[in-house]
Amino acid sequence: MSLKKTVKEPKGVKLDHISKIYQDPKTGKDFFAVHDVSLDIAPGSFVTLLGPSGCGKTTTLRMIAGFESPDSGEIYLGGKPINALTPNKRDTAMVFQSYALFPHYNVFDNVAYGLRLRNVPRDEIVKRVKDILALVELSGMEQRMTNQLSGGQQQRVALARALVVEPGVLLFDEPLSNLDAKLRVQMRTEIRRIQQKLGITAIYVTHDQSEAMAISDQIILMRKGVIAQMGSPTQIYYRPNSEFVADFIGECNFLRGKAGVTADGVTEVLLDAGSAYVRTDTAPFRGTPCEIVVRPEAITIAESGSLPCTVELSCFMGSYQNYHVRVGDTLVKITDNCPVNKRVFNVDEHAAISFDPGSVHLLKVGDEE
Amino acid sequence: MSQRQSASLDRKKLLADPVMVTTIVLLIVFLCVFILYPLAILLVDSVYSDQTGLTAGFFSSIFGKDTFGSSFVTALLISIPAGAAAVFLGLTLVTGEKKKNDGFVRSLCRVMPPLSLVLPILAAAAYIIAVFDSGGAVAHFLLRVFRGGFLPRFAALLVQAVLLTPLCYRLFDGVLRLSDPASSDEAEKNALKKKLIVRAATLIAVLFLVNLLVIIFLNASVDGQYRFIIAISNTLKVGFLVGILSAGVGLLFAYVEVYVKVRTRFMAGLFKVVSMLPVVSPPFVLSLSMIMLFGKAGIITRHILGIYDNNVYGFWGIAIVQTMTFFPVCYMMFRGLLKNIDPSMEEAARDMGASRFKVFTSVTLPLLLPGIGNAFLVTFIESIADFANPMIIGGSYDTLATTIYLQITGAYDKNGACAMAVVLLAITMMMFAVQKYVLERKTAATLTGKASRARMLIEDKSVIIPLASLCTMMALFVVIMYICVPFGALFKTWGRDFTLTTKWFEQVFKKYHGFKAFADSFLLSFIAAPITALLSMIISYLVVKRKFKAKGFIELVSMLAMAVPGTVLGIGYIRGFAGGLFHTGIMKGIYGSGVILVIVFVVRSLPTGTRSGISALRQIDKSIEESAYDMGADSMKVFTSVTLPLIKDSFLSGLVTAFVRSITAISAIILLVTPSYLLITVQINEFAEKGSYGIACAFATILIGITYGSVLLMNLIIRAFGTSKTIKEVE
Repeated sequence: MSLKKTVKEPKGVKLDHISKIYQDPKTGKDFFAVHDVSLDIAPGSFVTLLGPSGCGKTTTLRMIAGFESPDSGEIYLGGKPINALTPNKRDTAMVFQSYALFPHYNVFDNVAYGLRLRNVPRDEIVKRVKDILALVELSGMEQRMTNQLSGGQQQRVALARALVVEPGVLLFDEPLSNLDAKLRVQMRTEIRRIQQKLGITAIYVTHDQSEAMAISDQIILMRKGVIAQMGSPTQIYYRPNSEFVADFIGECNFLRGKAGVTADGVTEVLLDAGSAYVRTDTAPFRGTPCEIVVRPEAITIAESGSLPCTVELSCFMGSYQNYHVRVGDTLVKITDNCPVNKRVFNVDEHAAISFDPGSVHLLKVGDEE
Repeated sequence: MSQRQSASLDRKKLLADPVMVTTIVLLIVFLCVFILYPLAILLVDSVYSDQTGLTAGFFSSIFGKDTFGSSFVTALLISIPAGAAAVFLGLTLVTGEKKKNDGFVRSLCRVMPPLSLVLPILAAAAYIIAVFDSGGAVAHFLLRVFRGGFLPRFAALLVQAVLLTPLCYRLFDGVLRLSDPASSDEAEKNALKKKLIVRAATLIAVLFLVNLLVIIFLNASVDGQYRFIIAISNTLKVGFLVGILSAGVGLLFAYVEVYVKVRTRFMAGLFKVVSMLPVVSPPFVLSLSMIMLFGKAGIITRHILGIYDNNVYGFWGIAIVQTMTFFPVCYMMFRGLLKNIDPSMEEAARDMGASRFKVFTSVTLPLLLPGIGNAFLVTFIESIADFANPMIIGGSYDTLATTIYLQITGAYDKNGACAMAVVLLAITMMMFAVQKYVLERKTAATLTGKASRARMLIEDKSVIIPLASLCTMMALFVVIMYICVPFGALFKTWGRDFTLTTKWFEQVFKKYHGFKAFADSFLLSFIAAPITALLSMIISYLVVKRKFKAKGFIELVSMLAMAVPGTVLGIGYIRGFAGGLFHTGIMKGIYGSGVILVIVFVVRSLPTGTRSGISALRQIDKSIEESAYDMGADSMKVFTSVTLPLIKDSFLSGLVTAFVRSITAISAIILLVTPSYLLITVQINEFAEKGSYGIACAFATILIGITYGSVLLMNLIIRAFGTSKTIKEVE
């Protein structure tokens, strides 16, 4: 192991048709926890595995770390297959959800643990631990026992312990889920800052979509053991490939209709309440059932517009006005930002909504699965 | 100010609750009269008698004062200078290492950490060899050193100082290495100082104890005339070995169950049997079967191996039997602890490059260390308080409990017996204090984590097969030992004539009043069990849920009873109640009656009941009871309508445990029982001592039947009516 180098080359991770089968404890039936997942994670990038609980994201992470073995497929780390390696032989370091700090060691010994295993000379251990504790802003806390630390500090120790061994890839298993909301936001920026500073490859598991968007270069959204969509946060947010993805990433409205004429890359969609326009890359066949995916903040509400509606809920939220309006049979949620100088609609008033063709997305109905 | 007001308000609220006040007062009276008073009487009787007045004569007569006094002085003279020198040298080395230019000190420090492990182990090995092989060369050499004049003692002092220096280095290095000498934080410096002083003091204290014990052991092996000193050294030796063996075997079983993937029904059943053994195991049983399997006429020694003169009596007999009796307790303790270790902690270690063995030594074992100490001491206390096994299988190897028994029944030396009892009590109390206030807290402090996910079990065949087969063999051995007893009651003459017969059972019932023994034992335990169960529930309720002044006292005294050996309690009751309370004749009537037996049963099972009651009650959310108060229930109503139904399962199992413990009790009872009551355990003891193993086995078989039957009955009742059943149905 090239420990003498101060900054180590980050390693890429490749998953090649990975599957993992579990047994349902209640029914005794086998099911795919992870099904035929292939991934290619570039060295130095920050990738998030996102999804609802039970989607296989943690299982995938634990297979990379070596705690679970895939039932088929091969995992590569830095181009080398690592399936047969035990966790202690893999060049990975994990930050656990419960932090998993050793309660019988103080902060220094916790962080130094991995270095001692690698027989790093004593003076160097002291130096490297001090450096890494400075990086996570815990200098001077070496002698504290872990139970004398706050949740955020424990989190930093766990991060330092993983970072100090300079792993080829850093793994995070929902590391922030035990912190309160404010601290979570602070810590995720911190994690991102440190990751970018060190240029290390990081794989991050979470079920919190805002966390995923704030932190990642790339998001891998999983559902029931398979990858639902892969892409940058903006891609996933604005160009979801299914209703599930659109709904999971933030609030979303779906307007069902039939495709009409496409001209200049803009497709007309015929809804019950009227027609709307969506910018599309490929022209759908006329008459195919489809739905418009539109984010609440992309809709403008006014006295007149393309789609007439009735206001059912109007609620002042400070930075925005929250509406629920009915368009035909569909309930549409709208967040109208900065309402201070705008006309505010009350419940039961008639209004109309409209949106820019470029800020919405068209999905064919039946795309799902 | 505000605090004082709230305290007085709390007191007022308590006084407004007459049920509570009466209960607490009655409890305190009960605990004082039946636990504290007998022990106090023992203390008085050990230094005072009507003929001699206040005297230390009883102690010096049992100890032989010269031996003890000089041992104490020698230990003190060696330990304190040696400890101080080692501390000084260790500190000098640690601080010297920081000055970078001193090459010699630095290279010396490099060899210190490995030496700090090797040297104490070597020293300990030498001491252990000397103690256990007391006639051997090492013992003679050490004795000559300790008993020699100034020069040999000075040499011993020097050797100890040199041996301990690396250990001191290690103790201080961890604290000082990271401390910044330029740091100006006063509080931090003081904390550091305190830490160093505590470590140094502990080291010297331990050194002193070790020296003292070794000198006493060595002296005992030479000066044979003081039976009591030999008994102390015997008891401690057995306790020490049994503690280590039980903790080791218990840990092995717990580790295999929690960490290793052995999912066969056979193994699961075997582990369940092992965990149930301490509950249903009557005393004597293992000793009896040990004699029947390995004794002179033993099946294994004589009929399989052809050894005709095997001697099971004595040190190894007691040690093996006690280990088999007590290791299930350790197993249960370790199982709980291991399940509390967060698996991701071990995964984190593994993820960072630790091998499975390294994970065990650097994470699992250190986390368990206080727990291991705890298990060791619990078994140690049980072992030195044990009366039944040394009585049967000890032969001429006397332990403290049997010596005290013989002192009062044989020599009829009451004051001497009291003095001995005080010594035994002092030993168990000391161990109990360490166990309760140091180790238990440490265990709780390190192992509060909840398992965040299921543990990945070890599937590696090279680990599974040796561990699992070792466990299976040991468990099967224990099971065979238990099965052996009923067979002993069915064969005509064990070891010679293996024709089946019912003659022993017939004799038990026709000649030796088997029915009366059965009825008496059953009746007394049957009365004692509900009293114990209710009392321990009330105590644990008060301790967990209520705030009042005497709470600490009640908790302490009821737990204290755990550290009081039965023999000690028995003597305390004889001295305390034979002439009535304080020799005034008040309550004289209970002595020699069934009442005192019931009370002894209750006191003996109270600690276990209270302990499990406390843990059951801690799981009930306080707000559930508060809501009942809020709606207008008084404390009695809350207890009966909310608390009791919620802990019904625990109450029932407490009931049965109390019953089983009572019916199998022997150590205190044997001193207090009068001919008007025939108790099964006392009968077993009598016949086993006489060598009538057939009859002893027949009695023991009946006892096993009763205990096993009542545990089965309890499980059935809990399954049918228990709270968990009701809750499950609703779900």
